[in-house]
Amino acid sequence: MKARIHITLKSGVLDPQGKAIQQALTGLGFDAVEDVRQGKYIEVELSESDAEAARTKVSDMCEKLLANTVIENYDIEIVD
Amino acid sequence: MPAAVIVFPGSNCDRDVAVALEAATGRPPAMVWHQESSLPQCDLIVVPGGFSYGDYLRSGAMAAHSPILRTVIDRAHAGTPVLGICNGFQILAEARLLPGVLMRNASLKFVCRDVDLRVERTDTIFTSGYATGQVLRVPIAHHDGNYFTDAETLQRLEDGGQIAFRYCDSDGNVTADANPNGSIANIAGILNAQGNVLGMMPHPERLAEALLGGTDGAAMFGALAEAIAA
Repeated sequence: MKARIHITLKSGVLDPQGKAIQQALTGLGFDAVEDVRQGKYIEVELSESDAEAARTKVSDMCEKLLANTVIENYDIEIVD
Repeated sequence: MPAAVIVFPGSNCDRDVAVALEAATGRPPAMVWHQESSLPQCDLIVVPGGFSYGDYLRSGAMAAHSPILRTVIDRAHAGTPVLGICNGFQILAEARLLPGVLMRNASLKFVCRDVDLRVERTDTIFTSGYATGQVLRVPIAHHDGNYFTDAETLQRLEDGGQIAFRYCDSDGNVTADANPNGSIANIAGILNAQGNVLGMMPHPERLAEALLGGTDGAAMFGALAEAIAA
């Protein structure tokens, strides 16, 4: 199965890259843009058939390597 | 006893720091490849600057999980002095030997220039060669040097005297204008609570002899040489 992982900055952590993207969008005329936050998307293929076991493993991966939990949150979606 | 310098794929200040260490200690340091799992007998470990593993995922994230780092972490916990410079600081933070993280510079630009640093602590093995409040001129060269930590940890760093260096103007004033990367509280270098691990973004090894244009960095290596010879 596959894990789809979204890693995002915690609220309160400044995101200068998101701000730069926001300014660029505004410059392109997208007036409705109020805020942009940039993150990461990672896909992991697992040789695991049990969704809960897969989630536990991927959560451990996020804690140990994929996210820096000082500044980042992660969200895991397990798909077949 | 000699020092050890950890070398990762992408390290690029390992030889500079080796020259500075040899000048200070009279002996070349042991150069230890990241895939080693043990360190030679040594009384000082340096994690040098560079772009280990191409800064993949996050600066320092991969190196923090390399085989040699497990040994470095054990030795740091046992009290061996560990100095992390630039990417070395990022690695020590990712390895949780030091609190906080080094984020993308607030300007989003790679900043490569000399900056002024105020010495906040002189009662450490790293900084005993300086005077309190002394202003050093040392180069920085990084894209991810924006030190960040939560308010609680920052307070702990302040209260515990764990801030070793701050970015300042040439008169030693800590101002927003003198902050090259957006670091919280103008932090340029921090110590762990025990005082045996120092991480700093500026490069003392790059101004450690007159031929390089300055010698402000030399006193750090001199102090370390004295500390480990004692």
